Amino acid sequence: MTFPSRDDLIDFVYEEARMIDDGRFDEWLDLWTEDGYYWMPLDYKQEDPHLVTSLLYEDEFLRKLRVERLKGERTFSQKPKSRCHHVLSRPFVDEMDRDNGLFVTHTPLHYVETRLDEQFMLAANARHELVLVDDELKIRLKRVDLLNSDAAFGNIQLFV
Amino acid sequence: MGRYSGNRSAVEALIRPTQVHRDVYIDDEVFDLEMKHLFANTWVFVGHDSQVPNKGDYFATEIGRQPVLMARHSNGEVYVMHNRCPHKGTKIVIDREGNTGKFFRCPYHAWSFKTDGCLLAIPLKKGYKDTGLEESEAAKGLAPVGAVKNYRGFIFARLNAEGPGFEEFFGDSLSSIDNMVDRSPEGRLEVAGPPLRYMHQCNWKMLVENQTDTCHPMVAHESSAGTAVKLWESLEKPEGTKKPMAMEVIAPFMSPYEFFEEMGIRTWPNGHGHTGVHHSIHSDYSAIPGYFEQMVEAHGEERAKEILGENRHNTVYFPNIMIKGPIQQLRIFIPLAANKTLVESYIYRLVGAPDMLLQRTAMYNRLINAPTSVVGHDDLEMYERAQEGLHSDGLEWVNVQRLYVEGEDMDETAVENGTTERQMRNQFHAWKKYMTMTMETAQ
Repeated sequence: MTFPSRDDLIDFVYEEARMIDDGRFDEWLDLWTEDGYYWMPLDYKQEDPHLVTSLLYEDEFLRKLRVERLKGERTFSQKPKSRCHHVLSRPFVDEMDRDNGLFVTHTPLHYVETRLDEQFMLAANARHELVLVDDELKIRLKRVDLLNSDAAFGNIQLFV
Repeated sequence: MGRYSGNRSAVEALIRPTQVHRDVYIDDEVFDLEMKHLFANTWVFVGHDSQVPNKGDYFATEIGRQPVLMARHSNGEVYVMHNRCPHKGTKIVIDREGNTGKFFRCPYHAWSFKTDGCLLAIPLKKGYKDTGLEESEAAKGLAPVGAVKNYRGFIFARLNAEGPGFEEFFGDSLSSIDNMVDRSPEGRLEVAGPPLRYMHQCNWKMLVENQTDTCHPMVAHESSAGTAVKLWESLEKPEGTKKPMAMEVIAPFMSPYEFFEEMGIRTWPNGHGHTGVHHSIHSDYSAIPGYFEQMVEAHGEERAKEILGENRHNTVYFPNIMIKGPIQQLRIFIPLAANKTLVESYIYRLVGAPDMLLQRTAMYNRLINAPTSVVGHDDLEMYERAQEGLHSDGLEWVNVQRLYVEGEDMDETAVENGTTERQMRNQFHAWKKYMTMTMETAQ
């Protein structure tokens, strides 16, 4: 792969969502750079992930912990398991910075999660900052801004 | 008279020395009585004064089910009043916080009130001439709560005009707030960002009890903390590798029973108490460069060591908050219904201390107490299973007997084995006291 095309970037974002919906979490872990972060701010237009609370700010260790936990025998909040479902709007390609190898997409999406008789929906915007590692696209930062990030939620157990 | 309303002895009979009746968690009438009596007789946390730093700033919340607002008045003091126009009942503010300028103005008919609640003006006032309005309660402005206390920045209020005094109610338990504030080289805290907001389909008391339940972490949190420990070991890092901050935060949840037994529990009168008398899950965090030196400069070495040597785990302030002094966190368990509780988790900056401390606190908050937290998920699962399970008619009583000693006196401060359920019994002792304090005695 030389440089990704717009379609490559868009396909990547769709494929990531499909992996989550299919429960292919080990494959999903491989989509990230070693120093990548999965960030879900708590506040509308939050800029700082460190000195105020976020819903998520997960490095490689914490992403792996989440995936390993989902496999556990004593993961009580996942007995029975949750399922989730993404509907993505076509991602906008916001940046194609070939000089610095940085590619940025913006994706409005709806996310549905279900377990037992409960089901809830979240609306969100996802920003993917993608880089090339050994000619493969990897996620350096995925930022998910929930439309109602300041609302009171019950458990959100999978990955938006 | 219902089963419990107007029936003081029925309410008292819900609490036994080592058992509590399930109706304290699931009965709507008991919940209504809690709102009417328990949350009106006790000192309930409203907010932190750094949430309203400037004149005209306000913050809206609830005491029990009562909508209230706290505001910074022109004299610099914080006032707490009912969020309800004395005219037609409209809530004066509907957003959670903001600045109202010099006065509140009701959006319905433009009655206006000073930021201490006093009536300022009514449009077309001549319409009230000779009607005796000045004698009515409407003319008094926004109704104040019964009493307000600003304790080192923490604002508490009692809804009832009569009741226990602030010092009488909290007594020595205030030492936990003192320790949290003393950890700032400047002796001051500031709220850091909005709180996490986590909805629980369970009774509020389950959350309060869980704060000093030291026999659940290694069981309910095996899936998160246990997996974290295994994952870290599987990475086979060279010996002496510094653990990441997330591991420091989450791994101690898997400590063995002995660790929790030895940490100790202290109970104070009126339902307050804390885990972590001798050590806690917060004891072994890495030192943050420069912080100790700042504390020595501010307090002297001996006092600095004394402050930082205190590592209390969870301090429950009855009825419905918990604070963590060593990491400057406060959680409030807001009762919405017998089976519905909103949990808000706040963090505070130690003014003058290194940012790294706040960074660790923010990490703790999101890793442990967020609706997206792998630790919180299992806690909520337990509470909601209990809320459903309590409807079983197989048994009617919940057991709180661990390390019970016959004749134990909750009006005495005590330090005991860290796995005792004495603090839960202490809470129910206080529950009975403040539930029935303003109930009529049976005829």
